[in-house]
Amino acid sequence: MSAAPAPLSSDVVWRWLAAVPDPEIPVVSVVDLGIVRDVAVTDGAVVVRITPTYSGCPATSVIRLEIETALRAQGIDAVRVETVLSPPWSTRAISADGRAKLAAYGIAPPDDAVSCAGGLAALKSAHVACPRCQSPATEVVSPFGSTPCKAAFRCTACGEPFDYFKAI
Amino acid sequence: MTATDPVGQLALRLADNCLILGQRVSAWCGHAPALEEDIALANTALDLIGQATLWFDLAIARGVAAENADALAFGRDAREFRNCLLVEQPNDDYAVTLMRQFLFDSWHHAFLDAAQTSRDDGVAEIAAVALKEVRYHRERARDLVIRLGDGSPESHARMNRALSLLWRFTGELTAGDRLERDLAARGVIPDPDQVRAAYDADLADALFAAGLTPPADTAMRTGGRDGLHGEALGHLLAEMQWLQRAYPGARW
Repeated sequence: MSAAPAPLSSDVVWRWLAAVPDPEIPVVSVVDLGIVRDVAVTDGAVVVRITPTYSGCPATSVIRLEIETALRAQGIDAVRVETVLSPPWSTRAISADGRAKLAAYGIAPPDDAVSCAGGLAALKSAHVACPRCQSPATEVVSPFGSTPCKAAFRCTACGEPFDYFKAI
Repeated sequence: MTATDPVGQLALRLADNCLILGQRVSAWCGHAPALEEDIALANTALDLIGQATLWFDLAIARGVAAENADALAFGRDAREFRNCLLVEQPNDDYAVTLMRQFLFDSWHHAFLDAAQTSRDDGVAEIAAVALKEVRYHRERARDLVIRLGDGSPESHARMNRALSLLWRFTGELTAGDRLERDLAARGVIPDPDQVRAAYDADLADALFAAGLTPPADTAMRTGGRDGLHGEALGHLLAEMQWLQRAYPGARW
């Protein structure tokens, strides 16, 4: 005789989603990045609400697919992924854990002391430490980096070019 | 194609502006004069095409008859496009590409900044997302227009030529037709005159810093919002749409 399975809780779904990597930066999960807004479980059916980081980010459609795939792999057949736009995604939604993982991967995490409104002034006033040598002596090369969410920086101490996750 | 809800018609204009400029700018990918510029333009194009998708989805939700955003992007003829004439202008040299970008971004920023407090939730939430991206577009384009306008005799002459070519298309952005004035009266979009004041001030400030003077007594060209486009849009669409036209509904 086996016990009846415990009803699915949203906490369990959050734990599963915490193992779904971001397709562009696989060291962080979609939960670390604050892309998952809400999880609702009703009679075994799961609704996950996500928000795009940048409107043109090609990772968004892959993220939808990976969330669906991850939940189906856990035996959940009724999965719906909805997109919400409001309030707009902000780098303030990135978890402390996510920031540490970004830095260890070589991407300087966003400086939340600066404005999240976007723009060059916030970029130039950000305190950005080099992810290689930790020196604070760094400069902006370009506000656009290898993906829309990053800017190109250079360390003036060790000379290393690196990506900075723009505060928006 | 029928659009009964004026918000749907407005969303189509905004989507077409973003799509056509995104397509123009993406043609520089792999060809820009410096690596950083190549990456910046590709990122800008990506943002614009993403914003176009959001506006197309809103247009469909508000009564524009289409199966999805792709059907609107790839299934319409030039006469059905509602973009302003500025964004369809050919890339020409890098000065024209940069000047076109600044002249559009400056308006786009002023419009979105006010539209994020729209009484229509669908308009407000897309404007708030797009604004964060457009702030970077505008500042980069502004910075380069000033540096090149105030640069060498060669760069100054080229930026001056670009401004002379494109200035005639700036009036359409804030001309405000009946649709826009009705929507402004309902608080859905900002008043076109209010956007024009912000746009004029931003342009005057940047062009002064760049040492550039717009041509005097220019007859402003309009018609894009009514589907009356120049020859250049047809060539752009022929390239952008050929695959979906040749193989309708193709997926990969």
